[in-house]
Amino acid sequence: MRTNRIWPYFLLAAWILLLAASPFLANNYLMKIATYIAMFAAIAMSWNFIGGYAGYPSFATAAFVGLGSYSGAILQNAGLPMFLAWGAAAVIVVVFSASIGLIILRMKGHYFAIGSIALVDIGSHTASSWSSLTGGGEGLNVKIMQGGPELVGMIFLYTMLAIMLLAFITTVIVDRSKLGFGLRCIQQNEDAADMLGINVMLYKNIAFILSSVFCGIIGAAYASWVAYISPLDSFSILLTLKAAVMVLLGGAGTVFGPIVGSAALVIFEETIWSRFLSLHQGILGLVIVLLIFFLPNGLLKVDWSKLWAKKNG
Amino acid sequence: MAEDVILNAQELSKSFGGVNAVNNVSFSLSRGEIVGLIGPNGAGKTTLVNLLSGVITPDRGKIIFRGSEVTSQKPYQAARRGIARTFQIVQPFPNMTVLENVMAAVIFASGRTSDLRNARDLALEHLSFVGLAELAEQTAQTLTLPSRKRLELAKSLAMQPKVLMLDEVNAGLNAVEVEKALALIRKISEMGITILIIEHLMKVVLSLSDRILVLHHGELISQGNPLDVVNDPKVIEAYLGSKFTEKKLFIKDSLHE
Repeated sequence: MRTNRIWPYFLLAAWILLLAASPFLANNYLMKIATYIAMFAAIAMSWNFIGGYAGYPSFATAAFVGLGSYSGAILQNAGLPMFLAWGAAAVIVVVFSASIGLIILRMKGHYFAIGSIALVDIGSHTASSWSSLTGGGEGLNVKIMQGGPELVGMIFLYTMLAIMLLAFITTVIVDRSKLGFGLRCIQQNEDAADMLGINVMLYKNIAFILSSVFCGIIGAAYASWVAYISPLDSFSILLTLKAAVMVLLGGAGTVFGPIVGSAALVIFEETIWSRFLSLHQGILGLVIVLLIFFLPNGLLKVDWSKLWAKKNG
Repeated sequence: MAEDVILNAQELSKSFGGVNAVNNVSFSLSRGEIVGLIGPNGAGKTTLVNLLSGVITPDRGKIIFRGSEVTSQKPYQAARRGIARTFQIVQPFPNMTVLENVMAAVIFASGRTSDLRNARDLALEHLSFVGLAELAEQTAQTLTLPSRKRLELAKSLAMQPKVLMLDEVNAGLNAVEVEKALALIRKISEMGITILIIEHLMKVVLSLSDRILVLHHGELISQGNPLDVVNDPKVIEAYLGSKFTEKKLFIKDSLHE
């Protein structure tokens, strides 16, 4: 089931280098897309821990990103240096996910999904109601970074790439360890996993925390990047949905799936989807339906050689 | 005898709503013996196994395992302590290979290794023991029912249990398959593992068990050596109704077949 082939790693290295070289090869628009690809790859890999490996359909990703955005923005506005604010945001998000996980991970399946959607709603309502801290519905301005747009763009591109790389390394470590193996067992049959000596509550919590930490940093970095955040943008269900679709598109519970899926969806979005602004979400819906019908295991699980043989044979 | 006791249940009770599924049940298991647990449908056999393996916590009573109290343990803790069980309806990890299924038991329950490669080798040994080595790389969902039951056994053995509870491992098997399963259970017993077996086939229970426990309406109505138990009027009444109590012959005859 698990491959130990080396070439996917080279392919990934080439992909990361290509993204990293975008400032020198292309215009600002493409650099921005490269940044988005890296960002979504990291978000998708985060979702993969809980949604892919553990099989828990979490919508909490948007709550983590939103909480990270607001924590980072508020701390930065309070005078904390940018990088420290990002780190602090990650810590806040981890504390949040660790404590909330103990509660909502007791639910399973659809109930868990609904519980995690509630987290996103609670987040956006809190952000829009707690005006004294968050600026309420008007949103929050974050200090704009010094330097020209090229320099700022590059800083965020490399930040997102670094987070993506960290998320990838974490994925590889988890995938090869007892933790990843245990999570796969939980995904397959939680009761049986419990019976075989897996501390399922602990494992699910670790997966949930892993799914939050990079989202926290990304949220904070995103807030610094766009310099303005609002409740609905930060706590966006659509973001979680995209993360899940990316993972499912690439292959859930695999090392490379989220990266393939995020690249595919962002490129698809920028080339085709952005031309149909009014049908935007309808198209995403269509993608989800097609995905479930024709690619239930994701692009990476398709046996391409067989398809090729069928076509030519 | 007392030193040999590995598991001791004291006055266990569990009720669901108004139903006393298990009521004031006390018994003990000794090292290495095979104990049959019988009783009519709904007698509380599976509930009792669930209590002993930590799936549910008793309302009253205590469970002592190897000298320490484990009454409110969680299933994963029971597994790590060496209390293994199989399910009436087999519970594999369907999309994982047969080998990976057993590896999970090696890694998480037996604590012998955390290294996936070592676990692989150990798991293979258990698979050859139950005769599934050739199917190691297939996914568990492709197995036939008899093979799935074997997989359950391999998983349980990989946990290196002290006590193994078998919940109807023979249900759904034909006569030849049952014979094979029995041989396997005897082999497991020879390894020194205490076995508690829930079984509907009386022939199987009587030929395997050193001792038999009989549950009826959640209560332990009889226990002792197999022949005494099946001739106990209370047991005959539980199975066949009071009419038959006087006609013990019925059971005796069926034994001599």
